[in-house]
Amino acid sequence: MSMRIEATVLERDVDVSLEVAAGETVAILGPNGAGKSTVLAAIAGVLRPDSGRATLGDDVLFDLSSAAWRPAHARGVALLAQDPLLFPHLSVVDNVAFGPRSAGRTRSQSRSTAATWLEAVDAADLADRRPSELSGGQAQRIAVARALAAEPRLLMLDEPMAALDITVVPAVRQLLRRVLADRTAVIVTHDVLDALLLADRVVVMEGGRIVEQGPTREVLERPRSAFGASIAGLNLVRGRVDGGAVRTPEGLVVSGLSDEDLAPDATALAVFSPSAVSIFVQRPTGSPRNVIAATVTELEPRGAQVRVRAGAISADVTAPVVAELDLAPGTGVFLAVKASEVAIYGA
Amino acid sequence: MPRWVLLPAALGAAFIVLPLAALATRVEWTHFFALISSDSSQAALWLSLRTSAASTVLCVVLGVPMALVLARTSFRGQSFVRSIVLLPLVLPPVVGGIALLYTFGRKGLLGETIDVLGLQIAFSTTAVVIAQTFVALPFMVVSLEGTLRTAGERYEVVAATLGARPTTVLRRVTLPLVLPGLAAGAVLSFARALGEFGATITFAGSLEGVTRTLPLEIYLQRETDPDAAVALSLLLVVVAVLVIGLVRGARSSAP
Repeated sequence: MSMRIEATVLERDVDVSLEVAAGETVAILGPNGAGKSTVLAAIAGVLRPDSGRATLGDDVLFDLSSAAWRPAHARGVALLAQDPLLFPHLSVVDNVAFGPRSAGRTRSQSRSTAATWLEAVDAADLADRRPSELSGGQAQRIAVARALAAEPRLLMLDEPMAALDITVVPAVRQLLRRVLADRTAVIVTHDVLDALLLADRVVVMEGGRIVEQGPTREVLERPRSAFGASIAGLNLVRGRVDGGAVRTPEGLVVSGLSDEDLAPDATALAVFSPSAVSIFVQRPTGSPRNVIAATVTELEPRGAQVRVRAGAISADVTAPVVAELDLAPGTGVFLAVKASEVAIYGA
Repeated sequence: MPRWVLLPAALGAAFIVLPLAALATRVEWTHFFALISSDSSQAALWLSLRTSAASTVLCVVLGVPMALVLARTSFRGQSFVRSIVLLPLVLPPVVGGIALLYTFGRKGLLGETIDVLGLQIAFSTTAVVIAQTFVALPFMVVSLEGTLRTAGERYEVVAATLGARPTTVLRRVTLPLVLPGLAAGAVLSFARALGEFGATITFAGSLEGVTRTLPLEIYLQRETDPDAAVALSLLLVVVAVLVIGLVRGARSSAP
C-alpha cells in the first residue's frame, strides 16, 4: 500500500512532498521543530494542512483543492507515539483489542486477535495487567501490539524509543525491526541507529522542508545536508558473523555485543561511535580490545574535538591528543575500541 | 509563609465551624428522630430527594454535552458563551426564579406553547426540578470541563487512529477517563439542588408535598417549630458532609 503526500501547513512553515512505496519503511530525520511530527499528524488526519493532497493506495486521504477529507478513524493509519498512551482504564488485552473492537469485531474475536498480537510482541503474560502496572518498555511493546492489531495499512512511529529507558531500547528496536520488515511505515527518529536498522530509505527535514533523501546507507555515509552530517559518522563495519565478532572480506575483525541470536556466517553490521575509539601510535598491549592498524587519511576539527579518519573508521579525540601523538595524514596508528562499545546487528 | 498568617486563617476556620457547632448545641437530641420524621418533614425530605435526583439526571444529560462542546471545540464567542453558562452560579437565586417564571410561567415566553401541550409547569413539582437544574447545571459543566481539559485529547487521537468512530471514542475512551470529574460534578449538582431555596420559592411556590422542599420546610418551621427547623438543618449538614466526602473520594480516584 503506497502512500503519497503533498502538504503545506502555513502556521508551522511546513511544505513537504513525500512518497512511501508499498512495503517500504521510511525514516524521517531532522532537528527538533523541523516539522517531522506535523507531517505525521497530517497523514493521520489529526491536523488539517492548508493545502495539499494525500493518498494511501487508491484512497484519497485528503485533497484540499476539492475539500475532500477522510476522518482519522477511516484512514487505516495507526500512529505510535513516544508515549505509549495505553488507555489507563482498560487492561492490556482490552487495549490491544481496541482496534478490532472498533472495527466491529465481537468481544471474543477481538480478544483472540489481541492475544495473537500480544504473543507476537512477547507479552502474552501481561494480558491481564493494568497499564499502570507496566514498565516503560513493556508499555511500548503493548502499544506496538495495539497499533498492529488495528491492521493499519500504514504504520507511523513518532520517536517510539525516545522516552524509553536506555537499557530496554535494544529489545524494543529489535521488535520493531521484526514488525516493520514488510510493512509500509514511516518512522520519525533522532537516532541514526534507528534509521540504519529500521528504514530502507531516509528523509532529512530541516525548517519544514525535505532537504535530503535517499537510501539509508547512502545518506548516512555521504550526507549532503547539515543535519545529515551532524548525525552521520557512526562507524559501520559490514561483514559476516564470526563468533562474537564481525569479519569483513578484507580480514578486519571487530568484536562486540549483540542482543540478537545471530547465525554463524550471517551478514551483520558492527556499529560504534567515533567517540568510543581511542588512538595509539604503538600497539596497545594486554587489553581485550579491538585493535585495528590503520593510516590517518584526514583530520577534521569539530569544536573542541578533532575527528580523525583512518580508512573506513573515524575516531573523535581532543586537540591535545592530536598534538601529543603528532597525528597527520599518513601517520600509521592503532585504533582501539572496547567490545562493550560495539553493537552488532544482523543486516 | 509568615507565621502571622496562621491567626486570620484560624479565625476563618472558626467562622465556618462555630455556626455548625452552635446548630448542633441547639438540637433537641431526645426528640431528634421524632422531629425529623413528622409527616411534613418526611414529605419535604422525600420531595427534596426525588427532585434533586431528577435534576442531577438532567444536569448530566445537558451538562456533559455542554462541557464537551466547551472543552473540545473552539468557536467565536466561546468565552462569552462560557460566562453565560456560569451565570446561574453568581446570579441571586431569586432572580433566577423570576426569570424562570417569565419563561415557563403561564404568561411567560414559552407559556403559550406549554399551555397548548396541556401542561402547567409553574408551581408544580416539575417547576422545582427546573429551578434546581437551572442553579445546579453550572457545577456540572465547570467540574467536567476542567476534567476534560486536564485529561487532554491525546488518548482520543490514539483511539481515532485505531479506527474508533467519534461516538465510540466518546463512549469507550473520553467518558471512562473523565468519570471521576463526571461523578464529582453530579454530586455537586445534587448538593446544590438539595439546598436550592430562592429560585424554588419564587418559581415553584411552597405547596406541601408538591413544591415544598426541605429548605423551604426548614424556613417555614423556623416560625412555628424552631426545634424541628434545627433538627432538619442538622440533617442537611450531614448530607453536605457526605457530599464533600464523596467528591473527595471521586477526585482522589482520578487517574
